[in-house]
Amino acid sequence: MQADSFTPAPTKSARVGDPASHSRGGLGVEFVEFAKRYGARFALRGVSLSIAPGECVALVGPNGSGKTTLLKAAALLIRPTSGRVQFSGAGANGAAASNGGDSAAIKRYIGFVSHSILLYDDLTAEENLVLFARLYGLDSPEDRARAALDPAGLAARGNDLVRNFSRGMRQRLAIARALLAGPKLLLLDEPSTGLDRAGQQWLGAALANLAAAGCTVLMSTHGAGEASACVTRAIRLVGGTVAEDSALSGDARAMLAAALAAHREA
Amino acid sequence: MALARPIGILLAKELRTEFRTRELLVSTLVFVLIVLVLFSFTFDPTTVESRRFGPGLLWLALLFAGSLMLHPSFTREQSNDTLVALRMAPIEPVSIIAAKILANFCFLLVAELVLLPVFAALYNLRILPVLGRLVAVLILGTLALSIVGTVFAAISSQARMRELLLPLLLLPLLTPALVASAEATAGLFEDPPALGAVWVGVLAAFDTIFLTVTWLFGEYLLEE
Repeated sequence: MQADSFTPAPTKSARVGDPASHSRGGLGVEFVEFAKRYGARFALRGVSLSIAPGECVALVGPNGSGKTTLLKAAALLIRPTSGRVQFSGAGANGAAASNGGDSAAIKRYIGFVSHSILLYDDLTAEENLVLFARLYGLDSPEDRARAALDPAGLAARGNDLVRNFSRGMRQRLAIARALLAGPKLLLLDEPSTGLDRAGQQWLGAALANLAAAGCTVLMSTHGAGEASACVTRAIRLVGGTVAEDSALSGDARAMLAAALAAHREA
Repeated sequence: MALARPIGILLAKELRTEFRTRELLVSTLVFVLIVLVLFSFTFDPTTVESRRFGPGLLWLALLFAGSLMLHPSFTREQSNDTLVALRMAPIEPVSIIAAKILANFCFLLVAELVLLPVFAALYNLRILPVLGRLVAVLILGTLALSIVGTVFAAISSQARMRELLLPLLLLPLLTPALVASAEATAGLFEDPPALGAVWVGVLAAFDTIFLTVTWLFGEYLLEE
């Protein structure tokens, strides 16, 4: 894995969700015959996908189709059973990725919004963001944390413990954490979960800003509104394989609409 | 050093969280206190018996308390999957383990320093003349407990029956450190007090070996 082709993280003057806060150009990600097995069950079966820098890709599909596993693979959180994932042409299989020295350069540019909020209940919102700003080596962590809370609508609650937050507020903070270091590759697992209409609008605007700045976005969704803000491509997974890819055939928005309809029926 | 910074950041987070909730510290203190008081009241040991059995009892109580206290150090990362966020940060994975070891070491050491006067009073032992050497033994023994305990807390945190699994893994493996700590402590209460170099050497070797193994293989402990 090579890190020397990447530009430095944004400086303290940057604002979360602001295109100016992100270096131009995203991080491309390619899955090469990527398979992941948990026990006897394959979550992904030899998936080959190439997502170009700057693409905004929606992953759709029923529960258990492998969307979360694919996002975890892109986040370097799991080792493949076979195959590999590589970034911007620089190869990084699971084994190499877990060796912090090699993967740290890539991880610096990846933001991840998971099903869980990835935040500490016993720290305040600001303490959580300061913690991660420090771990990412950002300048002026306190300023960065406060700057991230403001667009998320949490500026007034920065000193409150996360355990006292509502589900929607926790999700906003989780998204703010993922955007904190100015990612070049943003991975989102059903990011609108728990968000009210205003929250979804904020998320949509933030994604549109990121897409405009060239950030690569890969998100699993059931077709909800946040995806339509920036989506340029949709991929449908079924049973751990790519069933449909709008880059090859079809229309991304039509696939999203179909996914939303299927979700409502379910 | 590249590792020192993330370890410092994560250690500060662990300390801040614990001193805000006081869950681990209070439960450890209360547990060890109860064991020491119950044993003292049940057997009413003489001074000679206290010198002989007291150190072993103290270390056994600390070991049991440690096996209870170390368990949440990783399980409480599970409620919001915060370990995933740490694994995604651009830091060496071993720094996460190292910060946990240091934090658990601090919590146990604070508990021991609070309990030491109570132990001395209940068992009629004079600790002031040997305080420096006693603290040295406590540091080496507690480090052994923290290293092995934290590693096995990480391993058992993803297992079923994890509450039972940790003591089952921990107690046999810590036997050499337990014996060495108890013997080194007992030597300090003999007349005249003597710090057994052999037992201190065993503890130092134990700490070094397990620190090295953790350093080499620590990152694998955090994987799904």
